[in-house]
Amino acid sequence: MQIIRNRTIYDVVIVGSGAGGGMAAKVLTEAGANVMMLEAGVMFDSSRDSKMMAWPYQSPRRGLPIPERQFGEFDAGWGGWTLEGEPYTSAPGDRFDWFRTRMLGGRTNHWGRISLRFGPDDFRRKSIDGLGDDWPISYDDLKPYYDSIDRSIGLFGSNEGLPNDPDGIFQPPPKPRCYELLIKRASENLGIRCIPIRLSILTQQLGDRPACHYCGQCGRGCASHANFSSPSVLLPPALATKRLTITANAMAREVTVGEDGLATGVTYVDKTTGRENHVRGRIVVMAASACETARLLLNSKSTRFPHGLGNSSGVVGKYLTDTTGTSVRGFIPKMMSGVPHNEDGASGSHLYMPWWGDNKKLDFPRGYHIELGGGRRMPGFGTLGGVHLYHTTAGDGGLVQSGGYGKQLKDDYRRFYGATVGFAGRGEMIPNENSFCEIDPTVVDRWGIPVLRFHWKWTDHELKQVKHMQETFRSIIHEMGGTPMTPMPTEAQGYGIEPGGRIIHEVGCVRMGNDPKTSALNSNCQAHDCRNLFVTDGGPFVTNPDKNVTWTILALAMRTSEYIANQRKGGAL
Amino acid sequence: MKRRDALKVLLAAPAATFAFTDAEATQAAASAQTARAAATAKPFVPKFFTAAEFRLVRTLADIVIPKDERSGSATDAGVPEFMDFMMIDQPARQVAMRGGLAWLDVECQRRFDKTFLNCVEAERTAVLDDIAWPAKAKPEFAHGVAFFSNFRDLTASGFWTTRMGIDDLQYMGNRSVNRWNGCPPEALKKLGVSYE
Repeated sequence: MQIIRNRTIYDVVIVGSGAGGGMAAKVLTEAGANVMMLEAGVMFDSSRDSKMMAWPYQSPRRGLPIPERQFGEFDAGWGGWTLEGEPYTSAPGDRFDWFRTRMLGGRTNHWGRISLRFGPDDFRRKSIDGLGDDWPISYDDLKPYYDSIDRSIGLFGSNEGLPNDPDGIFQPPPKPRCYELLIKRASENLGIRCIPIRLSILTQQLGDRPACHYCGQCGRGCASHANFSSPSVLLPPALATKRLTITANAMAREVTVGEDGLATGVTYVDKTTGRENHVRGRIVVMAASACETARLLLNSKSTRFPHGLGNSSGVVGKYLTDTTGTSVRGFIPKMMSGVPHNEDGASGSHLYMPWWGDNKKLDFPRGYHIELGGGRRMPGFGTLGGVHLYHTTAGDGGLVQSGGYGKQLKDDYRRFYGATVGFAGRGEMIPNENSFCEIDPTVVDRWGIPVLRFHWKWTDHELKQVKHMQETFRSIIHEMGGTPMTPMPTEAQGYGIEPGGRIIHEVGCVRMGNDPKTSALNSNCQAHDCRNLFVTDGGPFVTNPDKNVTWTILALAMRTSEYIANQRKGGAL
Repeated sequence: MKRRDALKVLLAAPAATFAFTDAEATQAAASAQTARAAATAKPFVPKFFTAAEFRLVRTLADIVIPKDERSGSATDAGVPEFMDFMMIDQPARQVAMRGGLAWLDVECQRRFDKTFLNCVEAERTAVLDDIAWPAKAKPEFAHGVAFFSNFRDLTASGFWTTRMGIDDLQYMGNRSVNRWNGCPPEALKKLGVSYE
């Protein structure tokens, strides 16, 4: 096939436009670089394309997912666990579900905006408990970048002085919803701290971005840019420099390498024409998402790099982790027949419970945080489903089983509406040798690009942690006088642990480290094997603390991009 | 215009119509009402259900959610049409739905020698009471219980997501709020919590 060769040589070619790619584009264009950004998906602008404020009846399926929008048809995200023509495989007996969002800004368009810094201990876990590895950098190395994105992107929260959940530069948090206060009282009775959550949603104007209007629909994409997404916050200033070119529908195939062993650019398929293209760059920044970046590097084979680019250590694809997750919903009779009021608020919970446990007294390492849900949410498909699981307590203390039909049921629905709470645990998985991705030996996608094959195993560490989540959530529900709506999952059910990949916090695969034999990137996220190749997505992560990864992807990407800019200035690149 | 077509037009409208002012949201709601009114003007022809099945679905949906002093019935809210759409949209639901409706008729035939629709109210109630409360249902009715729970959930989804259902539940959000003040004093008081 003829390859169309672009004659322009860009200073930097960035693969991916999400948190890591967007940040790299902003920092590097502002530092004077001419940048080409390749995005495998479609263009997207939430001010034009958001489904914010749609009502459920505007959809014949009332907002349920469609194959192209697997978080629901009002969700901003184009993509899902499966993509037409883009398969991946899992090793026999293993399961890993890989979520890919194919659009400008990637998953930043519809993520939960939970923006938690990693803490000082999170960078040196091996030194503390002997498991996994330490990072080659410390919290202090990253703190200035966290501070910078706090100021420039904005988030709300409260300074609490917790040792491993660092404070930040927060806008004021929104007041909790009333049921959240009820949860807080119950959890604190049990010794579990419940504090304002930290979300990258503005509660005060920042630059030309207005404060939140509290529709609670961040996942649909915010038409006013009051929350963070790459196309709302990072790409506009990069485009304003006139030094950023974005090519959408560009599916990267491989990073090309010259005889000197340096990256020379990226070949990609133009998905609209099927034509093969090559774009040249003096520096290549990979920000395609941890697994997609690993796939690209492993597919970038040459005589010089027979095992893939940046992979002389053999670690590319290894140390893949996701966040552990499980959830429980509880019916709280006290919340029945609630006072009608608008409870939407900012998207997601206004409070959360950071990890409070002492591992010396527990049978698992590391920890998890708890996110909350519930209340009088906008009806959608599934609203008031499973009504037979709402068991009320009769006057004599006995349980009244719900169900039935007719006027009684209709009245029950009204009384039950808004009377549930939900708890979701998000915990730390420790990298293990049985959880990784590699190139499938036989399967290719529709453009002939070899696909990933996943291997996935939880260990006792994760299963015991998730069991603890389940028990904790049930204790809080009971403390609130409520009933869990599902039975306690058994050991055979993995205590209700979500399958690998389902929490969509997959990181690792291209980890950083000081030793080129055991890591792919150095402490500046620069490939040990190839000094003009960098990674700014979740690939470099050495561990995956219970804190949602985006804020750290942004901080690390900013640090890496500033390093690149300085190296360019000094002539080293 | 058929109901389905009316909804298609609504969905095909540029995303900008999903704007975020109260006025526009209200307008969108009004459009949906108009679509529903237009839909009821012509008889609906189901795409999945047979004519006989659809009669049973309409009757059963209104038994689950009848009209009362506060709002209309499931059929008033277009639930049977919604169910027909869902069966086409999610083929994985088809066999359980068709088989469940058949189970109900066979059970009525067995007990009373007539279909559910031909049963009198006391006969219908006798069968439904055996399958409508999962926690106390006898094991031999497990298949009927599974069907009825699914049918009830689908009815709830179809009903409470319409303008009628949303107004009935007194959901007051999906609007632009200038300043978030938390919950009103009455709501706090009801739960016995405070911001102090």
